[in-house]
Amino acid sequence: MSPDGSLSAERLQELRRMAIRLRRHVVESVHHAGAGHLGGPMSAAEILVALYFEVMHVDPAAPRAPGRDRFILSKGHSSIGLYAALALRGYFPEEELQTFDALDSRLQGHPDMAVLPGIDMSSGSLGQGLSPGIGMALAARLQQQTYHTWVLIGDGDSQEGQIWEAAFIAARYGLGNLTCILDWNDLQQWGWATAAGYDSDERLPPQESPVARWQAFGWCTIEVDGHDLEQLVAACARARATTAAPTIIIARTVKGKGISYMEGDYSWHSRPVTEEDLRVARAELAAQEEAL
Amino acid sequence: MANLSVSDSLVAQRDVFGNTLVELIDSDPRTYVLDADLANSTKADIVARKRPDHFLEMGIAEQNMMGVAAGMASCGLVPWLSSFAVFLVNRDLDQLRVVVAQPKLNVKIGSAYTGILTGMTGKTHQEVSDIAIMRAMPNLTVLAPADGIETRLAMLAAQDWEGPVYIRLTRDPHPSIFGADHNFEIGKAYIVREGSDVTIMSTGVQTVRALQAADVLAAEGISAHVLHVPSIKPIDTAAIIAAAQKTGRVVTAEDHTIVGGLGGAIAEILGEHAPTLMRRVGIRDVYGESAPNAELLEKYGLTPAHVALAARQLLD
Repeated sequence: MSPDGSLSAERLQELRRMAIRLRRHVVESVHHAGAGHLGGPMSAAEILVALYFEVMHVDPAAPRAPGRDRFILSKGHSSIGLYAALALRGYFPEEELQTFDALDSRLQGHPDMAVLPGIDMSSGSLGQGLSPGIGMALAARLQQQTYHTWVLIGDGDSQEGQIWEAAFIAARYGLGNLTCILDWNDLQQWGWATAAGYDSDERLPPQESPVARWQAFGWCTIEVDGHDLEQLVAACARARATTAAPTIIIARTVKGKGISYMEGDYSWHSRPVTEEDLRVARAELAAQEEAL
Repeated sequence: MANLSVSDSLVAQRDVFGNTLVELIDSDPRTYVLDADLANSTKADIVARKRPDHFLEMGIAEQNMMGVAAGMASCGLVPWLSSFAVFLVNRDLDQLRVVVAQPKLNVKIGSAYTGILTGMTGKTHQEVSDIAIMRAMPNLTVLAPADGIETRLAMLAAQDWEGPVYIRLTRDPHPSIFGADHNFEIGKAYIVREGSDVTIMSTGVQTVRALQAADVLAAEGISAHVLHVPSIKPIDTAAIIAAAQKTGRVVTAEDHTIVGGLGGAIAEILGEHAPTLMRRVGIRDVYGESAPNAELLEKYGLTPAHVALAARQLLD
């Protein structure tokens, strides 16, 4: 990553292509497994690509190197998105994605640091990811290490009170070596109905105005389009350069982004992918790749 | 080590906790203490005063504290948590499960104010179910030392043990049992009194009252064999079976509910390996209340006389 996070046109195209490949792996893996979460991994695709291919100081050949940047997926149900990013980055063969959710697989339904090198913290019970990120950032400070810790949270995820316990403590300790990214996709598994009632496909957003809330907790905030890789990488560069306080990158995203029938539909939070769903998804992703 | 007696010197486990943390920090700089705003109760304030560079105040936010500890442990540090048992066990149980126990991270939980003797604070602050809850959690090691000497040794052993450890501590000064030569090991139980008529198995500070019960019984001509079980998990199955078979009658004693605690653990072992007549002495599936210690022990059935009575019932 350049100091200001700027990308060459060529590199930007590579990253965009990588996000499409990540989405294809997500759909194919969930189809193969017979069930799984889709909306969240899709909304986080560009965030994961920006982190693993441009921003984080990591070496897939040394996944436990003490000086590596750390990453925590607080919204652990988006695991298949993280697994796809790790596979594409070379942590393990892409074919292993076909073992997602299978017995004895390292690719558990929610990330398990005990079995898969490259997972820096187990997660899956919502609201828990930011606190271990504080522990890692404190450990860096106490051990005179220069690595940066990145935590990806969701807007549903941060309905849990623990996120706000953590937000307070991270600001109190002035953890400039900690960055949170909010995948603000405006949906959760079920949510609150609008006036149209629960038979409608419409839902209220999990939360409103996260920017004011995080600023009130003492965090630096950066707002970006969470599907714009240039904005994401530049924001991460600014966050890394901010040393006095923790930063949150508030990334506006679309749940199910990239597959027309999933976008903005809460029911695609988690569900099986049929043969026809898979065919349409592959065709749409191929068209997006063609258009690059 | 058999035939120990209860000494007159009183030691509070929490004082030992604070002082031993300083000792651990001095000998192993990976050690850090995280506190949830109770350091001046748990005596982790000894660390805050002597080694502030290894003390991290986490505020009244136990769920976050448990997660912070997990993150630190994942980076090679050895975090020790300081708070009341009621909060460390209940308030952050899911955090303990997901980011500490499941990944087997090296977090040490100094659980202060366990049991019913919590300094006139009442049922909200009395943790009477922690042994049952903690021993049911895979990957967790659970220790309940009897006195000051054993508390220090259990902490040293926990520091050297790779993985999460829960240590059960009591607030108020208690008589000592062990000498400086005590050879504490995780996973071992200790015969603290040799006897032949009935076996008392106890854990934590309740071993003090188990020995006092043995004295009461001895005066009546009843020879009680007392096995102290400070390591709840892993538990010394062989020693428990041998001690049960020695007399054929077992009384368990603990400052904890009789549901799922030491009595439950021993009933599981003996039920499978050596069915034995048993009585469980402990809190009988109720919550406590605020009152002076002696009155609580009497009302909730935890005195040496209660232990002795259960032994006599088995012999009748």
